Amino acid sequence: MSTVDAPIGRGPQSDRVKGTLFRLALLSSLALGLITLIALLADVVISGAARLNGDLLTNFPSGIPENAGAQSAIFGTIWVIGLTGLMCIPVGVGAAIYLEEYADRERWWNRAIELNIQNLAAVPSIVYGILGLAFLVRGAFGLGQVVLAGAMTLALLVLPIVIIASREAIRAVPPSIREGSMALGATKWQTIRRQVLPGAIPGIATGSILALSRAIGEAAPLVLLGALTFITFNPEGLDSAFTVLPIQIFNWISRPQEEFQTLAAAAIVVLLVILLTMNAAAILLRNRYQRKW
Amino acid sequence: MPAAGPDRELMQATDASALSQPAVRPLGRARPRWGERAIQGLLFLCAAVSVVTTVCIVVALVEPTISFFGEVPIGDFLFGTEWAPLFSPPSFGVLPLITATLTTTFVALCVCIPAGLGAAIYLSEYAHPRARKVLKPVLEILAGIPTVVYGFFALTFLTPLLQDVWPGFLGDPPQIFNMLAAGLVMGVMILPTVASLSEDALTAVPQALREGAYGMGASKMQVATRIVVPAALSGIVASFVLGISRAVGETMIVLVAAGGTPNLSFIPTEPGQTMTAFIAAAGIGDQPTGSVGYKTLFAVGSTLFVATLLMNVLSIRLVRKYREVYE
Repeated sequence: MSTVDAPIGRGPQSDRVKGTLFRLALLSSLALGLITLIALLADVVISGAARLNGDLLTNFPSGIPENAGAQSAIFGTIWVIGLTGLMCIPVGVGAAIYLEEYADRERWWNRAIELNIQNLAAVPSIVYGILGLAFLVRGAFGLGQVVLAGAMTLALLVLPIVIIASREAIRAVPPSIREGSMALGATKWQTIRRQVLPGAIPGIATGSILALSRAIGEAAPLVLLGALTFITFNPEGLDSAFTVLPIQIFNWISRPQEEFQTLAAAAIVVLLVILLTMNAAAILLRNRYQRKW
Repeated sequence: MPAAGPDRELMQATDASALSQPAVRPLGRARPRWGERAIQGLLFLCAAVSVVTTVCIVVALVEPTISFFGEVPIGDFLFGTEWAPLFSPPSFGVLPLITATLTTTFVALCVCIPAGLGAAIYLSEYAHPRARKVLKPVLEILAGIPTVVYGFFALTFLTPLLQDVWPGFLGDPPQIFNMLAAGLVMGVMILPTVASLSEDALTAVPQALREGAYGMGASKMQVATRIVVPAALSGIVASFVLGISRAVGETMIVLVAAGGTPNLSFIPTEPGQTMTAFIAAAGIGDQPTGSVGYKTLFAVGSTLFVATLLMNVLSIRLVRKYREVYE
């Protein structure tokens, strides 16, 4: 009954205290994320500082920590990720166009494809490693532990990300553009190619960059593909053995010597610089070119 | 309106089609355009790649799994308490891998559920739009850090820190490899996933519900906890389920920081080997194709795939539910 008598205005003091505490609790959840991020960045930079030099980029892996570098891993990453992009971006954009522009949602197979893509996006990455191991490295294709097998596995892994981002970008192009184009006599494909896709390119590019940056950091599936072997040469072709940065980092982390931990931290800094640059490029692209219709 | 470039192209397109069309043509069905059909077929094939991927995953898992269970009784696999597939005689009890998976997942959830939901409520209900514009990309960075880096962080920063500050009454301090540090770091890794999905659900709650509550004299905290969160509950639960699925499927953090010894224990300060870490370790070991050691990898992989698949489907259904209600 006391609430009836309470004056209009601010609530009782206990409520205000509770409100403030609640707000602090919410803020501290965000702070947990930010503090971890800062601690992580500081930790790798400080631990790796001693080895952050040109040798890291130009030397090959070696059993002697002072001589070891990550050149083969850096070139391996460039090869594998370049190839991953070449495979997953065209297929992903094609699938997105089909689902947004052609697919009739009344048909069960189109709904199945959609559900399937959502599902694949959440399948653990190590399961893709099993797929790659069973079909690409051994078994049906029998490619062996080579660049092509690694790139195909990663392409399948990030395909759902490319599809989902491209669909959003295509959906953001208003129907009036399509209708205008069709009314002027363009065919469906002419409309898509000359009107819809140019409008959706910034969104597609942003999504593709983010997908590739996910692929760059991925280690688990490649561990299964045998990328962990000692590689002291750069890849020379699709059928060349390879290693990539996260795998090289994992290799160094699992060695007992302190020097290799330093080396791992330095390589992590290189990896993070690449990833942050890509993320920044994606965000810039999004802010700069994304059109408000 | 489109910019000059596409506009001009459109003009050319119409010019071209005007020229190619005969001046008088009866209305009715256009002639079939085989090029257009071919393009549509090609795009359908692109979309079908994803279905083929799923089928291949299932095929890759099922055949070796069945032949594994031909050699190892399924009861021994599910209820055996010792996991030593490479010893002789080998034993294939998957329970130690499951307890380690559950322990690291539980620790991760203790971090990512409260913190993820808290961050989501702050971003959706409290944060100024400008603050949100800065905070969300920062959380996205957290989600974009490679998991092997988180593993390094858990092993070289968090574990020593925990060992230093460990209060005696909690028992033995964490060992060099322990499930606690791995789980905690994993929780922070999953935080952005939970936060961003929950925030989507919270912002989808209609403004009228909030205004109604304010009109009745509710405080900001009451609106957030008693109106908005319950209204968005299915979406929030979906984010938790997806978080669990991510934690169960995470590999590199546990492989680096939790150690490689199967351990039938729920004590987080001890080392343990999760299902994912076992698969990776078996892969590193480079088993010959067809050996029992090679097949165990697929048996554990199937267990993992089925578990995460069920959670993903549940999560997708829950998200649909709130979208149906509000959007």
